[in-house]
Amino acid sequence: MDFLKIFGRESVSSKDIAKERLRLILIHDRANVSPKFLEMIKSQLIDMISNYMEIDEEGLELKMTRIDKEENVTVPALVANIPIKKVKHLAKI
Amino acid sequence: MGEVIVITSGKGGVGKTTTTANLGTGLALYGNKKVVLVDADIGLRNLDVVMGLENRIVYDLVDVAYGVCRLKQALIKDKRFENLYLLPAAQTKDKTAVTPEQMKKLCEDLKKDFDYVIIDCPAGIEQGFKNAIAGADKALIVTTPEVSAVRDADRIVGLLEAAGFEEPKLIINRIRPDMVKRGDMMDIDDMIDILAIDLLGVVPEDEKIVISTNRGEPAVADENSRAGKAYRNMVNRLLGHDVPLMPLENVEPSFFDKLRMFFGMKARAR
Repeated sequence: MDFLKIFGRESVSSKDIAKERLRLILIHDRANVSPKFLEMIKSQLIDMISNYMEIDEEGLELKMTRIDKEENVTVPALVANIPIKKVKHLAKI
Repeated sequence: MGEVIVITSGKGGVGKTTTTANLGTGLALYGNKKVVLVDADIGLRNLDVVMGLENRIVYDLVDVAYGVCRLKQALIKDKRFENLYLLPAAQTKDKTAVTPEQMKKLCEDLKKDFDYVIIDCPAGIEQGFKNAIAGADKALIVTTPEVSAVRDADRIVGLLEAAGFEEPKLIINRIRPDMVKRGDMMDIDDMIDILAIDLLGVVPEDEKIVISTNRGEPAVADENSRAGKAYRNMVNRLLGHDVPLMPLENVEPSFFDKLRMFFGMKARAR
């Protein structure tokens, strides 16, 4: 693809660049992730997961980040790292 | 009881005032409705200039809000178009001169006398925006095919929804079919896709808008203007008619158009 650039022709149209940039900007704008908002999700996550397993609440980590979806395309992602202490007996479920 | 429609955008310079002038004039001219245009951009009034009514201002919106004059005294009747009136903004005050409550009261009063109250909202999301949307029943969002304008439009969609507006509609302004064709400008579908709201209409970039603003005559009344046609279509959609989007291809002049131009006649807008 690079040889196209040598001849002054970009392989991606500027419209597609605009669209992709806008998409990411808006996901961030819309999410408006404040620490308070993350705390809210965190406490609800703890409540929900605690029904099934014993987790290390202090060690729980939750953050907004970006992950690679495919080449040159990243998407925002909510990543949670939840250390498990003990899995409850789930036989009845 | 009339309907209050606020024209908003977030970003400045995308064409709110031009849209307000043209949709309002169109509703009065083609819909035969009694219309009042309200300039809510206190401190930076411009709707009067776009409408060519700047020399007839005596009282303004702030005077009405504080009871300095009666509402009827501040309304300027447009002599060119039956049923069209303008309530100008104050130029010497700022956005904090009126409160959302005062605007709500003003809209209630105007609704009693007019079929349509069209409000030109200032740019931004602060007090001026809050005032402009306070008394509105419906909202239209103007954007242009640029990242910055679409981003701001998205912010406005969120704020309008939070304020209880159902289904604000989008107006895409100043689209350039030649650039869209080359892949150098976002097209209609791209923007609807991203903003996820309904479309009211699309206005192509048109030199005639500059000319009509120079003259203070809304382009909606210009049969030869493509932008004018786009505004007329939007007026009809607001009136409840089902009008298809006009094709956006850069229409080459036909043989007959060239012939007309040769004889010094104007080509028809298509």
